[in-house]
Amino acid sequence: MSTAILTRKPAATTPAPNRRPLRPARVVLHLFLAAVAIGWLFPILWAVLTSLRSYEYTASHGYVSLGGWTLDNYVTAWKTAEFGKHFLNSVYITVPAVLLTLFLASCVAFVIARFSWKLNIVLLGLFTAANLLPQQALLIPLFRLFTQVPLPEWMSDSELLYDSYWGLILVNVAFQCGFCVFVLSNYMKALPHELYEAAMVDGASVWRQYWQVTMPLCRPALAALATLEVTWIYNEFFWATVLMRTGDKFPVTSSLNNLRGEFFTDNNLVSAGSVLVAIPTLVIFFLLQKQFVRGLTLGASKG
Amino acid sequence: MSDLPLIQADRAVPPPATTTSRGGRGRRLRLLSRTDRVVITLMVLVPLLLVVGLVWLPALATVALSGTNWDGIGPLSEIDWVGARNYDDVVNNYPPFMPAVQNNLLWLAALFVVATPFGMFLAVLLDKELRGSRFYQTALYLPVVLSLALIGFVWQLIYSRDQGLLNAVLGGDTDWYGDPHVNIWAVLFAAGWRHVGYIMLLYLAGLKGVDPSLREAAAVDGSSEASTFFRVVFPVMRPINIIVLVVTVIESLRAFDLVWVINKGRNGLELLSALVTANVVGEASRIGFGSALATIMLVVSLVFITLYLFTVMREDRR
Repeated sequence: MSTAILTRKPAATTPAPNRRPLRPARVVLHLFLAAVAIGWLFPILWAVLTSLRSYEYTASHGYVSLGGWTLDNYVTAWKTAEFGKHFLNSVYITVPAVLLTLFLASCVAFVIARFSWKLNIVLLGLFTAANLLPQQALLIPLFRLFTQVPLPEWMSDSELLYDSYWGLILVNVAFQCGFCVFVLSNYMKALPHELYEAAMVDGASVWRQYWQVTMPLCRPALAALATLEVTWIYNEFFWATVLMRTGDKFPVTSSLNNLRGEFFTDNNLVSAGSVLVAIPTLVIFFLLQKQFVRGLTLGASKG
Repeated sequence: MSDLPLIQADRAVPPPATTTSRGGRGRRLRLLSRTDRVVITLMVLVPLLLVVGLVWLPALATVALSGTNWDGIGPLSEIDWVGARNYDDVVNNYPPFMPAVQNNLLWLAALFVVATPFGMFLAVLLDKELRGSRFYQTALYLPVVLSLALIGFVWQLIYSRDQGLLNAVLGGDTDWYGDPHVNIWAVLFAAGWRHVGYIMLLYLAGLKGVDPSLREAAAVDGSSEASTFFRVVFPVMRPINIIVLVVTVIESLRAFDLVWVINKGRNGLELLSALVTANVVGEASRIGFGSALATIMLVVSLVFITLYLFTVMREDRR
């Protein structure tokens, strides 16, 4: 829906800097926005600050003080919570899940956008709505299903879909597909139809039309969605919490749950752990901010 | 579904001049080779099976199980149909239910009455071409990239009783996450912190899409900035408003991560989502009972999902 919004650029971006003297109203506005912005950043900055100080120092001087700078919290947090392992688990889950989501969603979106069948709207509704259902409402049957489906040992040492990366990947893909189908089908519908006529004159099969005509043109939308999906699946907490059992196999975000017990009495460690977990998403955010924002506003459906 | 022909008219491939046509759909299908038809079927079928199998069938199964007394262990043949008894138990014999409903509603109210208008207000301010607007925006939506589980940890540094900033500054000894009288508010503040940035982002995109000539016309008519917003801009953004409403409702219904990392949704932080989870993965797995709770969530969410679908699909068509 918001593709229309995005294509319309803000009216006349004035190239010349504004030379008018600052009116008092503007000053108030800037002061207000600056105060809010700093207030908004504060919890994150506070976490960074706390993580850089030793527990002994803050314990004796209180947290409202300065000093006791150290990097030890990071070293300890990394070792105690075995972040290395959990980050790797997150990679095992996030990378295949995002690739698979984008591939499957783009297939469905292509068919919906390219052909006009009566069922298209039902299909689009089925996918889009699936993304918005409360996960907990599906938990009971899925939990049972996952504990019943066997997997060969080389796929998972649990020999079940439950407590395996495969299960988590599948459930994430099933849930995230809807959002991507919705965004991509809108994007593809905006492509000129003449492209396909030309391709058909050349005798291109449907698969080639999808893979060599449509997909290259969808790169901007795919990039935006990939950025968003990496963040969401990395941040996914619920499914990993309920569909995994072995502590060693938890992805980072869900391993936070165990971390609470281990770091319970030491807020400096908690903050170092939090910063470590936040780093991948913050890096994505700063490097790919444009993609991230575009993805969110393209679909405008989820958080 | 009455608008369906409209899309077809939009998308229909103009018939090649030589084809003697016989009705739109059949014609196009026949243009496709057999391989093409197999490919199309697979392109739809594989993702569809996944979504139906892992989302829609489980959702239906939840509704079905909510009428049974299954303990989750015995064979399916031992299931007895108990009608609405689970619902009766949920409402009348389950002490955490009412607090959970209250907290979910409170969550919705807080996001809807405080966080959403504030996010919209900030979007309106940032929509003026301001120097440094980019910095302000970045700061405001930075929390959106953090998971709610992580946000629980970040705010613990502020809320913790002995080591938290809030008590250090105020000099009190409130356990902001632990005290059942205050913890829901503390959690809501953290949730709102994230929500504001998200809403700001959505409205900022919406505002950029508003035709500038509307505002100019209103200004010429001598309308003040505030009244232009409420009388002209806000009504034009109706689709965004509905999307924001639905997003807010669904977010409040799905709220889970934050309370689960804090205390698994107990002691003042009961939420429907946490109760369902506790009933399934906890020691006493009460399947029928948990399903009744889940069905309640499902029904509420479906009402708003339908509203959402109608809004976005109508938008599509314009």
